[in-house]
Amino acid sequence: MLHEPAQQAAEDRATPYKTRVGVWMFVVYALIYVGFIAINVIDPLLMETIVFAGLNLAIVYGFGLIILAIILAIIFNAMCMKKELELNEGGKEA
Amino acid sequence: MEIILFLFFVGLVLGISFYLGKKAKSESGYFAAGGQIHWAVNGIAFAGDYLSAASFLGIAGMIATLGYDGFLYSIGYLAGWVVALFVVAEPIKRLGKYTFTDALDAKFNSKGIQLAAAISTLIVSIFYLIPQMVGAGVLVTPLFGFPHWVGVVIVGALVITIVATAGMASTTYVQFIKGGLLLVFSTVLVIALMNAGLTTTPDQGGDVPFYEFKTLTGSMASPLMLDDASYTIMQEEEILGRDGEVVALLVKLSKDGQESWWKAEQQAGGTDVVLHESQFIVTKADGSRWINGQPESTENGLIQVGNLETINGKSGAEADTGKLNPFSFLATIGSKDTTVKLWKSAGVADGADQVTVYYPQYTQGSKVLRPGMKFKLEGSLLDKLDFTSLMLALFLGTSALPHILIRYYTVPSATAARKSTIVAIAAIGFFYILTLFMGLGAMTSGVVNLVDNNMSAPLLARAFGLFLFAVISTIAFSTVLGTVSGLIVAASGAVAHDVMDRFLGVKMDEKQKVVAGKAAAIVVGIIAIILGIVFKGQNVSFLVGLAFAVAASANLPAIMMVLFWKKTTAKGVVASISVGVIASVGLIALSPSLFGTYGLDPTTAPVPLNNPGIIAIPLSFITLIVVSLLTQKSKAAEVATA
Repeated sequence: MLHEPAQQAAEDRATPYKTRVGVWMFVVYALIYVGFIAINVIDPLLMETIVFAGLNLAIVYGFGLIILAIILAIIFNAMCMKKELELNEGGKEA
Repeated sequence: MEIILFLFFVGLVLGISFYLGKKAKSESGYFAAGGQIHWAVNGIAFAGDYLSAASFLGIAGMIATLGYDGFLYSIGYLAGWVVALFVVAEPIKRLGKYTFTDALDAKFNSKGIQLAAAISTLIVSIFYLIPQMVGAGVLVTPLFGFPHWVGVVIVGALVITIVATAGMASTTYVQFIKGGLLLVFSTVLVIALMNAGLTTTPDQGGDVPFYEFKTLTGSMASPLMLDDASYTIMQEEEILGRDGEVVALLVKLSKDGQESWWKAEQQAGGTDVVLHESQFIVTKADGSRWINGQPESTENGLIQVGNLETINGKSGAEADTGKLNPFSFLATIGSKDTTVKLWKSAGVADGADQVTVYYPQYTQGSKVLRPGMKFKLEGSLLDKLDFTSLMLALFLGTSALPHILIRYYTVPSATAARKSTIVAIAAIGFFYILTLFMGLGAMTSGVVNLVDNNMSAPLLARAFGLFLFAVISTIAFSTVLGTVSGLIVAASGAVAHDVMDRFLGVKMDEKQKVVAGKAAAIVVGIIAIILGIVFKGQNVSFLVGLAFAVAASANLPAIMMVLFWKKTTAKGVVASISVGVIASVGLIALSPSLFGTYGLDPTTAPVPLNNPGIIAIPLSFITLIVVSLLTQKSKAAEVATA
């Protein structure tokens, strides 16, 4: 016998869409993250290059990765909410 | 003042716990706070859970001593939340009940998965618990003057009380309060730092006079000669790097019977030499310790260090920057014309005595603000692999941490799980940006404790007054409480729910399940106390990096493949978890860092990598794929049984 989830939820018709968008956003972010690692491994001195307001590439790229995660998260949520409203009764699953 | 604030906080936390404890009578209430936590509260509680001693104490300490390389942990820790949000959050919420084992096992109902995932949860939780408890011990020494082990026992006892009263409900609110306070007061600390600006002679707001380390001059012509004849040269020691190159020449001098250690630095293009006064701890054969030539005591310890030698090419009063903004703060420290006085350490034998010498290392600001001081990225292929391995483990580890995953079961829906993850990303991302400022602030404010850099952030706060120090120290303590509570709930869930209830099928009613959970929490708490005492002195962020590697190797491949690959079988999941755990723990045990901890020569370690992620994670994925493909025939039977 399988266990049951903590809360029973109605069917979420937006799930395939959210999964697809999530995977794509993950891939985009992962590529940018890999770019950061690649620069450090291949040409670490490039990270010293001043790129903005006296800040070097290491700082700008590092902060950029953190800020990009926040921005992508907000966009992802907005896209999910829109789809949930479109496809689910009352706009939410539960 | 710090004691009053601390006691107030402890009273608040225990009050909440006992209040909620009266309500948490069911299994759902104990393990998942009834699944009724608001997503915004859960999001901040996520931050409170995740921003552990490693984040607050470890990262700031590592940045304070190794510059940008410490910030790499911040970047990796935050990036891991992208995986959690985009890939894991909603499916895990839909599939699971109380633990991530439930989610993995949802399609299979396999005893093997229940046991393997529970064991993995326990191992990851214990790896993660060690640095938290070490952090607890680190905090109490300056706060109350207690020894390390007392701090560990206090935190252990408090956490056991929190978890054993109301489980996930009290844990959630402790983490929520701690997460909120951490964000607010870290921001206050950084604002105070920006207002103070940078100086070459930091004096902790006038409270601690800046100590000007002495220099001597001489000639390197053989033998070494000093201009000041009142000093006698007693001993010269070349400190060798990994590849046998000389990285420093340390010299023991004597004057009027007082011995001291200095770092000799030959001036470019000549035989002139400058000797820089260093600090040293002598451990005598009888076990007694002498610091800077005097017996160790509460009054005589190492001088706190860390300052800029020059700022944009200037030194002294004319170098003072006054108020800075975040950009100009970073640009000033990272300038090629700024020199940072960092400190290194080396062990030297002096007859029967063992001496640890802490010597200054003048480093260009531009080098401090790019990777390379901890991770030798200009070094060998192995160094580059080690760095890549760590970054991979941090990226993939977050969404595989059991104590993070259980927080998805405290909210009412998958949508709430997603929204709470977004709140967590915003809060945690903001905090991680602050860590760079706090770490660099400590590095340049003369507050670095050379023996233990984990106290850098609280000691930086002390430079801005006792009130801020008291608040930050209390928050640091609560940081440990919040994270350890989450870890113990996760571990007790693994024992009571996954193993006793589901794997062993022990017949228990709701009340008995809660009692089992509480008993498990007490046992895990006691284990945590013992480990926190044993592992005293390790950098907490480094240790958490290892926990991430175990989580990413043991759990993530199974989670990802169960969610996205239809051919995954129960046997594949069990094999993947088992291989991930064994490979990651085995590689860590044989790594150079652990060899150093054992007191062995790190260069003799059979595994050259410090972080196992780059080997163990792919190995775990491959194992799952191969075993699943080999066991496709039994899959129909598995599903039918379920």
